[in-house]
Amino acid sequence: MEVPRYWRNRNQRYALVGEVCPHCEVKIFPPRDVCPACGQDAKTKFSFSGRGEVYSYTTISDAPAGYEENAPYTVALVKLEEGPVVTAQLTDLGQEPVSIGMPVEMVTRRIRQDGGKEGILVYGYKFRPVMAVAR
Amino acid sequence: MRDVAVIGIGQTPVAEHWDKSLKELAGEAVIAAMRDAGREYADGMFMGNMMSGSANHQQHLGAYIADWVGLRFTEAAKIESACSSGAASFRAAFIAVASGEMDCAIAAAVEKMTDSTSDEITTQLATAADADYEAGMGLSFVALNALIMQRYMHEYGWGKEHFAPFPINAHANAAHNPNARFQEPINLATYEKAGMICPPINLMDASPMGDGAAALVLVPLDSVSSTAKRIRIIGSAGATDSIAIHHRKEPLFLQAAYLSSQKAYKMAGITPSEIDFFELHDAFSIMSALSLEASGFAERGQGPRMAVEGEIFPGGRLPVSTRGGLKARGHPVGATGLYQLVEVVQQLRGEAGKNQLDRARIGMAQNIGGSGSNIITHILQAI
Ligand SMILES: [Zn+2]
Repeated sequence: MEVPRYWRNRNQRYALVGEVCPHCEVKIFPPRDVCPACGQDAKTKFSFSGRGEVYSYTTISDAPAGYEENAPYTVALVKLEEGPVVTAQLTDLGQEPVSIGMPVEMVTRRIRQDGGKEGILVYGYKFRPVMAVAR
Repeated sequence: MRDVAVIGIGQTPVAEHWDKSLKELAGEAVIAAMRDAGREYADGMFMGNMMSGSANHQQHLGAYIADWVGLRFTEAAKIESACSSGAASFRAAFIAVASGEMDCAIAAAVEKMTDSTSDEITTQLATAADADYEAGMGLSFVALNALIMQRYMHEYGWGKEHFAPFPINAHANAAHNPNARFQEPINLATYEKAGMICPPINLMDASPMGDGAAALVLVPLDSVSSTAKRIRIIGSAGATDSIAIHHRKEPLFLQAAYLSSQKAYKMAGITPSEIDFFELHDAFSIMSALSLEASGFAERGQGPRMAVEGEIFPGGRLPVSTRGGLKARGHPVGATGLYQLVEVVQQLRGEAGKNQLDRARIGMAQNIGGSGSNIITHILQAI
């Protein structure tokens, strides 16, 4: 991935910064500047909690070029608690089988290691199962 | 707007054409279509293609192919909408002729995939998705379709085996299509033993890539002599949806297929029940089901029922993939939409060989770009 492109999306990749529509309150991620619900300008920043649940999932064995080091890996559509759906890898799965509806939370992880002249380590969000906390 | 007819078709076999280049493949299809049409000139050519820039290091296919086929000086340009590039080129040619701007337009499309390694192609196919938020998260194109299928099975309760009739029908039909990539029938056991690619999508759910090119020649209907085979384009429409699945309001419903098919039905003045056969975009079995639902042939969540009950087979209520579909004829990505249309014309002309349907008066083709984000529907009629 090219450095400027990676840098532009840093707030999304590290902190799930999306938008909230000032007209109808709909939360938006990834940012799209025009509200999908009411069609008006929606550029007000909004930070998502990072909590959600698995809407769907699958496992990738034949990874696209640049992503081979993690293969096989599980990817998912995650429905965030604020409403939007996000596409991401799942991580820290342990022995627990992934299922639809499974609660997950966002973490920052390495997404890919670019070879070639750019050679940057690309970090970004993944989601892991919400730990069962002993109380 | 003028009525528009198809008077020429051409295609190459879908195969690993190690001995043929991008331009040779495209040239074969275009020249075959012009010969079939009995034309030596055209006013314009629209070249559908997805990945020539990366897979073949060649863009600018309008001039490149026009020159190669002897149409130097003819207006030409490349049209790209991922997997629906083929139908997009056909629609451009249709609009050009219907508007009166051109009296003869060629829709041509080519994809030459075997010059690249398979992981390069996997990466290229993923460019049909959102680069930052889908492909950039490590998602492959197959994975995106798997996410849809997994959720679909969860919501509607279908089992894996209920999708098997789609590839079984496609392979049975392709056995009689000399241009098909795979000409061997498969059965339920083949399907159930097939290796997983991205669960629940297995090898028998996924269409094979391949090199290929197809072309059609379009002219005003009133210029076609009454004794010739007159194939009229009675419906033509496209629609888009969010490129990323996560942005779609209903990820399990192909809104762009619904909109483009509804527009095409309206233009043709017909209802879905009048369609005799349907060349649908079976890039993955799940897409067949979603396409049947969005195009008005099945209720939501009930696409697989048409397969399970045999309605999609030759002789059924709505035969699909009558010459093998993407699954068995093959899926040379940007060219696929024109293979579908060539096959519709073959059926309407009565030239489909052993695949010829008893009733083939009105045929529909639907070409899906991306994971459902650019969908183009055409309806053709023999008159
Ligand atoms: Zn709004």
